[in-house]
Amino acid sequence: MRVGIPRSLFYYYYYPLWKTFFQDLGAEVVTSDWTNRLTVEKGIESAVDEACFPIKVYYGHVRELCRKSIDYIFIPRLVSVEPRSYICPKFMGLPDMIKAALHDLPSVIDITIDISKTNKFLDRDIISVGNIFTNNKNRIKEAYHHGQYELRKCRELCKDDYNISEAIRIWDGEQLVLPSTYNLNIGVLGHGYSLYDQTISMNLIDRLRKMGCRVQVVETLDRNSIEVKAAEIPKRIFWTLGRKAFGSALFMEGQRDIDGIIYLACFGCGPDSMIGEIIERKIKSKPFMMITVDEHTGEAGMVTRLEAFCDMLARRRVAANEDYISTHG
Amino acid sequence: MKITFPHMGNMHIAIKALMEGLKLEVVPPPPISKRTFELGIKNSPEFACMPLKINLGNFIEALENGADTIVMAGGWGPCRFGYYAQVERDILEDLGYKFKMIVLESPDSKVYDLTNQLKSLGENVSLWEAIKAIKYGWSKLNALELVERQFDYYLPRVWDKNRVEKINDEAAVKIDEAASKTEAQAAAMNAISEMRLLDLKLNQPLKVGLVGEIYTLLEPAANYDICRLLGRMDVEVSRSTYLSEWLNDHVMGGWVKKSNRKQLIAIAKPYLNYEVGGHGLETVGHTVNFARMKHDGIIQIGPLTCMPEIVAQSIIPSISEREGIPCMTLWFDELSGTAGLNTRLEAFADMIRRQKIRINNYMKEA
Repeated sequence: MRVGIPRSLFYYYYYPLWKTFFQDLGAEVVTSDWTNRLTVEKGIESAVDEACFPIKVYYGHVRELCRKSIDYIFIPRLVSVEPRSYICPKFMGLPDMIKAALHDLPSVIDITIDISKTNKFLDRDIISVGNIFTNNKNRIKEAYHHGQYELRKCRELCKDDYNISEAIRIWDGEQLVLPSTYNLNIGVLGHGYSLYDQTISMNLIDRLRKMGCRVQVVETLDRNSIEVKAAEIPKRIFWTLGRKAFGSALFMEGQRDIDGIIYLACFGCGPDSMIGEIIERKIKSKPFMMITVDEHTGEAGMVTRLEAFCDMLARRRVAANEDYISTHG
Repeated sequence: MKITFPHMGNMHIAIKALMEGLKLEVVPPPPISKRTFELGIKNSPEFACMPLKINLGNFIEALENGADTIVMAGGWGPCRFGYYAQVERDILEDLGYKFKMIVLESPDSKVYDLTNQLKSLGENVSLWEAIKAIKYGWSKLNALELVERQFDYYLPRVWDKNRVEKINDEAAVKIDEAASKTEAQAAAMNAISEMRLLDLKLNQPLKVGLVGEIYTLLEPAANYDICRLLGRMDVEVSRSTYLSEWLNDHVMGGWVKKSNRKQLIAIAKPYLNYEVGGHGLETVGHTVNFARMKHDGIIQIGPLTCMPEIVAQSIIPSISEREGIPCMTLWFDELSGTAGLNTRLEAFADMIRRQKIRINNYMKEA
């Protein structure tokens, strides 16, 4: 049996877990291609205009998979991956949105992952997904635990400055080498599914590396220190990814060796519009730039902004020894 | 302590009554105007949804008028609204205003947070007086909605639309000024009997269901008064949400009035199977409900980039197809311009009118 996993959205966070799980149960895992122009076009065609860019791209990935003769397509409903926090309303309605828009879908595996209040139902739902392939409950549980182990292994790789997307590629057997010399150190924040997708982010991370920057992302930082920083705000942020981005921004501000911070937001993203604003108001001692992207790609504008930002950082570094330069206005 | 709060339709009348009952001084923000929008837009995050911008404009204008305490609602996601108060406070503080903000929300971890907030509001009154104040506010809200429902019924049917609008507006002022529950009810009854005397058109108006995000539904300034625009085109509007129903479901736990929220969730089932925050699930439920109640069309409204409504919008075409009802989605943002809106509404009304005639002719032949 062939199970299709769209290479989009939470692929960038959980792919090793899902792949191991389905493979251990004897299924063949098929993914769509990396996001490309065609995916984007197909996605824009199927999704409503007001949806955010990553969601439109997801439609494109699902349509691509539909043509690949698969038996099942895996579209999880990710409500909450940790207690008392959510991802985003669009993720909560994703399977229903896809079913309403696309008609020739293979059978959809739409497991609901909601551990905001209790994770009692998660185990039950995992078993019910596993039951599609086998009746052996222990085998399903083992496959799930094996998946979690592989996911941890993959995330360990991030400590060496790889972002999750690269970590997944290495975990999948690819060879990747990062440039070892750099003259600037930049923190890059944003939702992983837009930041690490090379088409959505217009290759932001690699562009920075080519300009001689070392790029730090949420995953390369120490998890606990991020949480400590994120708790400094009076009201806990209830979006998992938003809270991590905010904590990371504060943490990066405190690190002497980080020169500047870039936040990549998607047009129309609800959490980004709030978190970006809070970060911008809180970060006073480090240069901060917010880049908003959507499907109207114009790489030139982005490159200009990145170059200007890096030039400014480099000059600031030289001048920092002589005199103080304000980070804003 | 001079208290202010954000506008949402006629809510300020009820809240004013409630706060006065709690012996608190209230400074309601001036009615939403072009300046409110400008102030809000200038100081808000660019991509925030419109209610935040209007809220902020309200607060700035109220603070200018001498308010020093802001009461705002909160929430724990996943909709953006839950984080409004925090962002608004940061912005206003950066602008240099001095004020206290009381955010009413269910507590995250510490229960005493909520009780403290409530206590700070009602420190001058006894429990009995507080209950009386709530009842007083609630009765004004009910009187207002009584008039509003009749207004929605008569506006598309009467010849003299200006007159019926005037009666409605005057009733709202009278209810606001009313000093007691009976006075408020009398004002409502007077207005309704006045409406009944007006001359009616002979033909039945078209019926359109209005669904969507609650702020955009309830605040005329946020939807360019879409209900009246439609009413003037001889289209009767069935509103999906009234403030009292929403308060009943979400604040009072559903025990004040009979609630149909459970049924709504049940009929949304084949289309949307999970809560999506905000009003997404209710929008889908109401759409199915209106379709089955034989409405001629459905209009969904929301602020641009509203996440739960985007989920609903993605699902509505399949409801439209399966239940056989024309649907249209309208997004509102700060770019005002009623001409475009009017054209779209007229086109929609024309389309459903023609479809209705076609179906009627077909029925006659058969």
